Amino acid sequence: MREDTIQLPGAAVAPDPPRNQAPQRGDLTQELLETDWWSDDAVARAGIPVVDVPFVSVGGGIGSFVTVDYLRICGVPTSAIKVLTQLEHPWESYEYLTRVSQIPRKERLRSDSASCPDNIWGFPSYAVREAMATKSIKPLWHVLMEPIFTDYWTPKAGQAFESMEKEYHRIAYPETVVKGQVRMVRRRIGGGYFTILTPPEGAAPTRRIAYRSRYVHLAVGYPGLKFLPDLQEYRETHRDYGSVVNAYEPHEQIYQRLHAAPGTVLVRGGGIVASRVLQRLIDDRDARGLQTQILHSFRTFVTGSHGPNIWMRRRGGDGWAYQGFNYPKSVWGGQLKARVRKLEGQARADLYGQFGGTNTPWRRNWQRQMRRGRREQWYHPFQGEISSLAPGPKGMVNVTLTTPQGPRQFQVIAVIDCTGLEADIREHRVFADLLDHGGAGRNVLGRLDVERSFEMRGTRSEPGRMYASGSATNGGYFPGVDTFLGLQIAAQEIADDLTKLGFCAPLGPLRSTSQWWKWARGKRI
Amino acid sequence: MLPTLNGRIQTRIFLLVVVGGIWTLLITPVLPVDLPLADRYRVTFIVLLTVLVFGIVWEFIYHFIQQFRWEKDWPTLFGLVTAVNEGALVWVLLELGVVPGISSPVPLGAYLLQFLTTWIVVWLVANGPMRVPFIHWRFRGGRLI
Repeated sequence: MREDTIQLPGAAVAPDPPRNQAPQRGDLTQELLETDWWSDDAVARAGIPVVDVPFVSVGGGIGSFVTVDYLRICGVPTSAIKVLTQLEHPWESYEYLTRVSQIPRKERLRSDSASCPDNIWGFPSYAVREAMATKSIKPLWHVLMEPIFTDYWTPKAGQAFESMEKEYHRIAYPETVVKGQVRMVRRRIGGGYFTILTPPEGAAPTRRIAYRSRYVHLAVGYPGLKFLPDLQEYRETHRDYGSVVNAYEPHEQIYQRLHAAPGTVLVRGGGIVASRVLQRLIDDRDARGLQTQILHSFRTFVTGSHGPNIWMRRRGGDGWAYQGFNYPKSVWGGQLKARVRKLEGQARADLYGQFGGTNTPWRRNWQRQMRRGRREQWYHPFQGEISSLAPGPKGMVNVTLTTPQGPRQFQVIAVIDCTGLEADIREHRVFADLLDHGGAGRNVLGRLDVERSFEMRGTRSEPGRMYASGSATNGGYFPGVDTFLGLQIAAQEIADDLTKLGFCAPLGPLRSTSQWWKWARGKRI
Repeated sequence: MLPTLNGRIQTRIFLLVVVGGIWTLLITPVLPVDLPLADRYRVTFIVLLTVLVFGIVWEFIYHFIQQFRWEKDWPTLFGLVTAVNEGALVWVLLELGVVPGISSPVPLGAYLLQFLTTWIVVWLVANGPMRVPFIHWRFRGGRLI
């Protein structure tokens, strides 16, 4: 793992054997490393044991989980699926990221009521289930009134994790899991793929195990979350990792310092994470009577509604671009989904540009907090970019910002960077290998190029197929990939494609209804 | 909901014919109308058909209004409150006696009972249970075919 990358759950990357050293038995050979297509003989010569299984999913996070859920509901037995993962359970990474970015289990996600990773039908939705569990019509009233008279109703993180855990056991997901780190996927002469797994130290007699499968699915999550270079430079030069932080790493120490003594913090960014961090700072301020001063810098300061024409105008103001979810809602099923599906090349990239960009939901409680902060002059939003960071006295940080009014200097106790910089797909070793040896290519946004079916273009090894879902495929024919519902939409496309290939049963009205009934009764499949 | 124009029209036809049809079959005998059962069914099904035909015209208008929304969505509440304009239009047409096949006046109470209960049943089905048999439906803008 590079130093500028935020560490997520899962072990660090296992190294390859040194080039000048003869590989140990059961390890990758130079012949294998250098060949795009592998024969069964070449793998046997390396002494790597081979496990045959029809379907392999790499990653083991929520992307693998919803895909396996779909396949299980379409009648695929657990013996036909292997999920290769380093995670303890599918929601481990996601829960980590939400928790550190101030969404513990009792707080609400930014996700629609009918986006349920534990339920491919989205019915009953989270709001209906919360209403039943709490014997209250409040959640139902809320979804009825959203987004006109109330904010979008969103589920508590805990509800999402607990319901996923239930489904995880219902579909016997643990039976499919194999622990280890995937090193690469290569096409097989004769069809299908070899997926090379490095099992945990001491868990297997050989260093590698090859999974020989007709189908491969890649859902490895973020290729990497990176610190912005200015932040990283300060941290490395001054060995200060505690006061200049990214919101996606644990940073509880900053809130604790503010509890101990009054101080000023600089928050950077205009997305949902910035909203969450502000809420935490203001909640603490209110609950403990703190005197925290909050500086908030936006690179692009949005002053009002914006967009190319009257048909495409997004709400904004006070620095923020407002949107209920991370894309306009209809990318998950309506007009925009249908529109992007038909677009190629630059036209697609342009549309992504229009509805993309950093944004956050307009929520009444956040609006009230910020209004109060501006009025009482402890919350100061402005347009600016950090031009330098330097250590100040008593553990403070001196920050210089470039603003339209000229340079401004502040002394703060902490900088909380809420801008996410997703690493290039090449930074993930499996993707790098696929770009170099697997025939994979990039889409208009530089991510993995996938078909409408989520098959990775250029990687076909007849009769096999390789699919990818999740954030690595952003920029394709379907925009909302990196979300609960987006992962389920990808899973549906993949299952539909596999149905055509005869791997699983079609999910027509009868099967769908009978399977839903099993789900509703919690019947194991 | 996240409808496309095509999806709106398909969903409208399917739900009114199947769900609305079944509901009309069930509710007609209990409506406060002084007519033989066969005539009642004739009137209630003509009312249902009128709602369906004008509903398709309404869908074009809703689709146009939807274009002003950044999210290009159609909030759940809109699906409920459009009962007001649609119900009022059909009532006016009934009062004017321009609906073919219905010559005698329709009692307002019976009309409201039929129209509103059908509307609510269809709206409830559209907002959840519809996804159970038709798992692709919500991701295709409401298209069934």
